[in-house]
Amino acid sequence: MGYVWQLWADGPTILIALFEGALLAAVLALMAAGLSLVFGVMRVVNVAHGEFYMLGAVAAWFIASQIGGSPAVSFVAALIVAPLLVGALAAMIDITVIKKVNYDPERTIVATIGLLYIIQQGTLMGFGAVPRAVEPPFDHRIAIPWWEKVDGVWEMYWPWGLSISTYKVFVIVAAIVIISALRYAMTHSKAGLIMRATQLDSETAQAFGIPVGRVYAGVFGVGCGLAALAGVLILPIQQAHYLMGGEALLSSFIVVIIGGLGSFGGTIIAAIIIGMTDSILTIFFSPIIAKIVATLLVALVLVFKPTGLFGTKRQ
Amino acid sequence: MLEVRSINVAYGPVPVLRDLSLTANQGEILCLLGRNGAGKTTTMKAIMGLLPVTAGTVTFQGNTISNVPAHIVPTHGIGYIPQGRKLFGELTVAENLAVGLQTRKSPQRVMDAALDMFPALKTRLNQRSETLSGGEQTMLTVARALCVDPHLLLLDEPTEGLQPSMIKAIRDAILQLRRDGKAIILVEQRMDSVLAVADRVAFIEQGQIVETTDGDSLRANPSLLRARLGV
Repeated sequence: MGYVWQLWADGPTILIALFEGALLAAVLALMAAGLSLVFGVMRVVNVAHGEFYMLGAVAAWFIASQIGGSPAVSFVAALIVAPLLVGALAAMIDITVIKKVNYDPERTIVATIGLLYIIQQGTLMGFGAVPRAVEPPFDHRIAIPWWEKVDGVWEMYWPWGLSISTYKVFVIVAAIVIISALRYAMTHSKAGLIMRATQLDSETAQAFGIPVGRVYAGVFGVGCGLAALAGVLILPIQQAHYLMGGEALLSSFIVVIIGGLGSFGGTIIAAIIIGMTDSILTIFFSPIIAKIVATLLVALVLVFKPTGLFGTKRQ
Repeated sequence: MLEVRSINVAYGPVPVLRDLSLTANQGEILCLLGRNGAGKTTTMKAIMGLLPVTAGTVTFQGNTISNVPAHIVPTHGIGYIPQGRKLFGELTVAENLAVGLQTRKSPQRVMDAALDMFPALKTRLNQRSETLSGGEQTMLTVARALCVDPHLLLLDEPTEGLQPSMIKAIRDAILQLRRDGKAIILVEQRMDSVLAVADRVAFIEQGQIVETTDGDSLRANPSLLRARLGV
């Protein structure tokens, strides 16, 4: 019984941990959905995926700082333009680099490792090593009440620090809307049908008039655009920095390996598991413990279910 | 209608088709026969643009289609039924047909016509194609190819692994398509099917057409099959 009361007493901290976990899950889900989409359709492991996340944040900072004025206007412009720019750049990279190695699984890994360094060092040269911040378009605090038993009577009170940011709520809601829209488009639109047919059998898809090369360029653009979108959304919370893609890439790989490479639903569920676990362990223990547990989870999944929790063996 | 003139096709450094020529005409069934590895499927894939032609030309209705991007070939009106059916297994019947309709401007009319040939599929439109029986899957592959609204159909062993009643249904469908005026190139292992439907027969050996004969001559002298194929 004592444990229950202790847990109740820790309730406000747990609530904050869950909220921060939902935020992390939202960003991870966007990132990992892009990585999973690219692998699912093209069988390409994009090692440079984190750099497109970084490019999204950097491009958003550049756009917002050029527009200036109201933070809301400049941020909305960055939110729309930056992912489109990064997506277009990614589609060009697909045509000029990845297509040239015939989408061969091993050679694309080497090619995207090269891209990782080119994008990272190119950004360092053009953007500098100084982290850049962007003001959130809005940021109010919403206080959350809690209850405590005083002299046998439950009393509501407002614990100090128990509040959530409206901007963070916006990021979570935006990620849910974007991922739901992506899922709907994949299953209900003509473009989604073309992508799924290409994913299942690209040669037969061509024999029925599907321009597989253009589909690949589009998928790579959309996948990297999703990473860029995550980078823009996180920018007012973190800062844009040329090295920010590394950890994002690692987390995305953890998510897609646990969820199952190419499994959209598995990726989202894994993002929630990793986001929540990371946040709770970070708050109650330490970030190092959180990383150890996430890595351990990956190891366990690779040993006991190499295709991931929701992945299936592909022919 | 289709003219394949002296084409060469290779898998990397290994030549598979050498100086291969054949023609297919409207309202005619050309059976392409040969032993395993002779180059039958390679010929079909080369016509579809799925393999690069290193020499020679493929023309269809006056247009050169060799070495155009593979996704352009079906827009000329060529339908393909690949070996092993190659359905999009996780897609529903309706979605498989929708993939076939990519190139069509009036898809509903074309799809209705394809389904009229195989009414059994009408009740399965929302079923995943991998859950269909073998016979139904073959019907779907033919219906999907018909969704291209083709003038020429390439059928690569469509009756492979089917029970006799289904083989007859597919054979009847092929004959109906010939009556509709379509040109058909058929790769078939079952000699009874070949003898039943062939207007012309081309024997392929080591990537070359070594003999062409008409169906009536073959039916009158089936020993040619034994001589060429050992069956």
